[in-house]
Amino acid sequence: MLSLGSGGAKSTKPSFVSYVTPEEIKSEKDPPKQEKHPDLLPGEVEFCSANPILKYTQDDLSQRGVFGTLFCTNFRVTFISDEKPQEKTDKTFKNKLYGENDIPLMCVDHIYGVYDEKRKLITGGLVKNKYPSKMIIHCKDLRVFQFSLTFSKEEDAKKIFQGIAHHCLEEKSLKCVFAFSYMGTPSPGTDLSFCREMQWKQETVMFDSPEDWTQEMKRTKANCRLVTENENFELSQRLPKYFVIPLTIGDLFSYQGKGLPIWCWSHYSGCALFKASFPPVTQEDGDFQKHLDTMINAVAHNHLYSVKTEDLSESLPNIQDIQQSYNKFKQFFLIENSTDFWLSDVKWFSSLESSGWLDIIRQCLQKAVEVVECLEKDNTNVLITEEEGTDLCCVISSLAQIMLDPYYRTLMGFQSLVQKEWVAGCHAFLDRCNHLHQKDKEVIIACSFLPVSSDAILQPEKSPLAQSGPLSCPTVWDWSVQFDSKAQNFFFNPLYLEKVKHDRAVRKPHKPKHQRNLSLPSTAFKTPPKKGFFKDETDSLKKMLRVKRLSRWRGSPDAPTATTREFFESWQHRPLDYHGLLLPCLDGPAVHIWMQRYLRWIPEVYILGGGSVAVMTKLMELLSQVQDLKRVLEQRDSSQAAKLDHRPYFQHRLLSFDSSGRLSSSFPFAYTCYRSFKPIIPTGLMQSLMVTDSLASQEDEASSVVSFV
Amino acid sequence: MEESGSVDSVESLCSSTTTRSDRSSGPRVSDTELRSKAKAVEKVYKDPSKDELPLLPEELVQDSAKDVTYICPFIGPVRGSLTVTNYRLFFRCTDREPVFGLDLPLGGLSRVEKIGAASSRGDVSYGVVCKDMRNLRFVHKEPENSLKKSVFEVLMKFAFPVSNNMSLFAFEYKQVFPENGWKVYDPLAEYKRQGLPNESWRISKVNDHYELCDSYPATLFVPVTITDEELRRVSSFRAKGRIPVLSWIHPESQAAVVRASQTMVGQNGRRCKEDEKLLQAIMDANAQSHKLFIFDARPSVNAAANKMKGGGFESEDAYQNAELVFLDIHNIHVMRESLRKLKDVVYPNIEESHWLSNLESTHWLEHIKLILAGALRIADKVESGKTSVVVHCSDGWDRTPQLTSLALIMLDSHYRTIRGFQILLEKEWLSFGHRFQQRVGHGDKNHTDADRSPIFLQFIDCVWQMTRQFPAAFEFNEYFLITILDHLYSCLFGTFLCNSEQQRLKEVRVRMRTVSLWSFVNSQLEEFVNPLYVHYPSHVLFPTVGIRHLQLWVSYYIRWNPRMRPQVHPVHQRYKELLAKRAELQKRVEELQREAANRMASSSSERAGSPTRSITPVQTFV
Repeated sequence: MLSLGSGGAKSTKPSFVSYVTPEEIKSEKDPPKQEKHPDLLPGEVEFCSANPILKYTQDDLSQRGVFGTLFCTNFRVTFISDEKPQEKTDKTFKNKLYGENDIPLMCVDHIYGVYDEKRKLITGGLVKNKYPSKMIIHCKDLRVFQFSLTFSKEEDAKKIFQGIAHHCLEEKSLKCVFAFSYMGTPSPGTDLSFCREMQWKQETVMFDSPEDWTQEMKRTKANCRLVTENENFELSQRLPKYFVIPLTIGDLFSYQGKGLPIWCWSHYSGCALFKASFPPVTQEDGDFQKHLDTMINAVAHNHLYSVKTEDLSESLPNIQDIQQSYNKFKQFFLIENSTDFWLSDVKWFSSLESSGWLDIIRQCLQKAVEVVECLEKDNTNVLITEEEGTDLCCVISSLAQIMLDPYYRTLMGFQSLVQKEWVAGCHAFLDRCNHLHQKDKEVIIACSFLPVSSDAILQPEKSPLAQSGPLSCPTVWDWSVQFDSKAQNFFFNPLYLEKVKHDRAVRKPHKPKHQRNLSLPSTAFKTPPKKGFFKDETDSLKKMLRVKRLSRWRGSPDAPTATTREFFESWQHRPLDYHGLLLPCLDGPAVHIWMQRYLRWIPEVYILGGGSVAVMTKLMELLSQVQDLKRVLEQRDSSQAAKLDHRPYFQHRLLSFDSSGRLSSSFPFAYTCYRSFKPIIPTGLMQSLMVTDSLASQEDEASSVVSFV
Repeated sequence: MEESGSVDSVESLCSSTTTRSDRSSGPRVSDTELRSKAKAVEKVYKDPSKDELPLLPEELVQDSAKDVTYICPFIGPVRGSLTVTNYRLFFRCTDREPVFGLDLPLGGLSRVEKIGAASSRGDVSYGVVCKDMRNLRFVHKEPENSLKKSVFEVLMKFAFPVSNNMSLFAFEYKQVFPENGWKVYDPLAEYKRQGLPNESWRISKVNDHYELCDSYPATLFVPVTITDEELRRVSSFRAKGRIPVLSWIHPESQAAVVRASQTMVGQNGRRCKEDEKLLQAIMDANAQSHKLFIFDARPSVNAAANKMKGGGFESEDAYQNAELVFLDIHNIHVMRESLRKLKDVVYPNIEESHWLSNLESTHWLEHIKLILAGALRIADKVESGKTSVVVHCSDGWDRTPQLTSLALIMLDSHYRTIRGFQILLEKEWLSFGHRFQQRVGHGDKNHTDADRSPIFLQFIDCVWQMTRQFPAAFEFNEYFLITILDHLYSCLFGTFLCNSEQQRLKEVRVRMRTVSLWSFVNSQLEEFVNPLYVHYPSHVLFPTVGIRHLQLWVSYYIRWNPRMRPQVHPVHQRYKELLAKRAELQKRVEELQREAANRMASSSSERAGSPTRSITPVQTFV
């Protein structure tokens, strides 16, 4: 079994915490003799290790910690505690591939070394010099680890530090990515849930075969042409093997496929959403314009509607801005101790605003709403463009599709959407997530997509396995490898209504979370649950006369907002159809940060016995009772006895703990802290609020006379 | 408003909404329609144009005018008719579909004034500032006959009855409810629930006739070792005579929460040995700890400044074994100013690009954080430290009830039930003399009064923050809290009138002359129940007080903005559906079991004709 780091991963009891100061320990000088090793994954190789290493507990200022061994492998940095877990805590949610003390190499964002009380960012040059007394690792998933290296032998400490720094920070070739070593090993997920996994795989559309695309066109009643000429990437390296374009485009090969309008999705009215990269600018102006015209005409001709084009690089922040904003934003969550936490708490809102992150999120959603408006209200075709056509285009097109198409709000639908728009859509995951650690290329587009799009129950780790692309690289998205079947149930949103009859609930798309799944060629695509969504195209003919009216949004930010506001309000006035169009409310107070993703590792914000998990527990409990009753009824009903419910029965069961009232709000993420039951009392309140005006010194009773002098 | 789909009857008594576009409840019902469906007990007033205005018992139309324009900040000017009764302002628009109305109790108005002079066409505009975070603006033609009063002059008269020597509508309103809310709080029963009196704490009759302290309740619990005579001496050393008395006692550790006002130490460092003895006795009453924490809610600077005016705080020399902690909560003026800024930021329009920094600049959530943090420290000392605490501010009727009642909610799950919360308000706020009349200014036109302050609103906001963090720990829902706030201003019920128990019971006799808010609430409890509530009797709640976890209470502060209109809470809605589904299924299972039993019985008697009722498969939408 692949329960990796079982020692460390389960160390959730306070008994693990060493209450002696490091100095005291040092004098004892009695490292445990027994050698510990991590359970390696298939293809995983251990590089180096050091013992004893002190891992500081994250939740307080005191220099407390846990002693153990630090390892570095070709997949991860991992820490194994010296102490044995006293009791097996039954963790409902556990990643089978890596535990709480595992840091995949790809997940390392920055490493800092503390030299003589000074913190320095570790870069290539520093590695060769002396090793730091303390190593701080900031992860891309916003965890912060602090290891003290002073207790182990000098050469061990040096080796592990240099090893980790080398493997995490140095540029490396694509071949070194662990996914390739991991490939080809048999899937370990052969437990009870296997059948269900198969089911899942079958339902997720991978968009790596002509059939998938044909099926998708059929589903949305699109009238476009499937391009298979790029099967061997002869046409372009930057285009997928298969893609779909307007019918009338004949000349595929000019500009190496650049500027080709790529079909994303068709509205039931017949109009469609396309995305395109820019044709190369080196061409003469005339040619460029001509090419553009051809493309726009193709989009229009094909569907007999007017076209709106939108240059996203003009109207949205560019990817460098987004990256910069995210870098600023994420610093607020990389918190090393509680003093930092409370200091930064004071200026929380203004720092949040200054990062601009929420504003970017809002702009993206806003743009997506505009696109939706064109498709839904004006019934015009939309062509969104940007330089590469694989960054913001992906964000906007997938958001628009989530708002418009209820299928993409299902678990399978969402996975398929990510496959379609992001993986097959050639989003440069490698560059954007900087998997190979090449400088200056890192942009977190996907990150902006996830928080925007999902009101999620769970955010998966940015798995280093998420390598993809034209190579038939293994295991892009198989949850079952990472989580056991119980944990997988967390991905279901118990609030999701399957039947169409009940039209109420959230304005934001409330849908299950994005998942990773096995990239086996998907078999027959099942008809989407909501077949009736796409109406017949008959009335589209009536619009034949409105051909080719080309309009273009202008960059002025206010003008479209006003009309979208109207669009939103008119939508808001209609009764909410849960399975129809959903628009997000974009006013300032309605846009929040995604607490469960960004704050999940910070002990200061845990609410013991509270948070959304308390609600989920309650809901799931009730849901399972309803299912039980239903089952009883079905069994009693002889005519129905033959065909039992095939829906997974156990899926709502998982949260029935005795301690349900006492889970932390960060469940299932907060493994590190099984905190003693104590409140978190803020420090430094005095600095927080110095009201300086005269009101502060006024008497409470302005009118009353003080009775005693 | 949450759960608004099914609350028409409740709604009719609440200050109501402007553009109601209630998308949550299927077919949209306009505000006025809602109201006309309202309770049967309401008489219906028919005006010539057949607009039906539901009136409460004893509610009388005072004046009405047609052709009034309401300048709605969200949808622009709308024309309609305006009616003023002795209880409410009612505007019904006539030229717009869907029909749109304004219906708000006059008690919610803080200021009505004419803006500028009449225009060339004889139009006069009036501004109405409300206590519930909105401003209204009307344009109306001046009556041609100058002797006739305009509807707005009538409005000004009835909006501020106290300033016009009239009585509040609460004294006219004679609705009878199935339950008498005045009986909700019985001090002796509440203390008995806490196990009092016991060997360490006794009831004192010293304030039976409010002679010791006119802002305190008649029933006081003090340590058994302190005599009434000593209490009298203490009362001269505590501001306004508000001596340290027990608020709550921990059922296991016997650690007590005690409340008081500041000591009158003054510049000369006056001491009072009876007060010192009392605090020692409070400490001694709890065998678990040999320490006492005194929480002074004020910033230390302000507490020190109070010495100049005769007040001050306990010195650690005089009070052995006591530790003094300042909680840095600001005074009523700072809070009033903060709310004013908040209103500027949220009403009518929200500036998108600077929303967060604007919100921060109001400091509203920072004040909330400080209050919650203070209560958390108190609860921590009592629960984790098993230590008794004394809480006071200057007079002990603003910050002190905020802190004690929040700490009590954290410590005692009883106060998280609907009735328990009512008891908490009756006890910590009403009986201990939070000056509601002064802080809210019921029926008083003096809107600049420096004694007004949103102290109670702030407390309810803190409670709401806790309900957000612990969604299953409170029996009541958000709607309950909003209803309380609406009736804090409405002057429909007697609950929040007057400044003290003495005034309420002896001078004004509100129990005889008015209806309690709890009569209304407890007669339709189902509207206020949180479906997710789980009763964990022994759970102590420690909320997270970081700003990161605090939110602006959008469905209260921004509820007038139609774009921000909160929807039916999806979780609650779904949960209610599931509860209904479960009930249905359970019923069906039982039916089947009964049927099977019958069949057994009938087959044993060899009767033909088994039950043929076919069972349709149950559809769940899971």
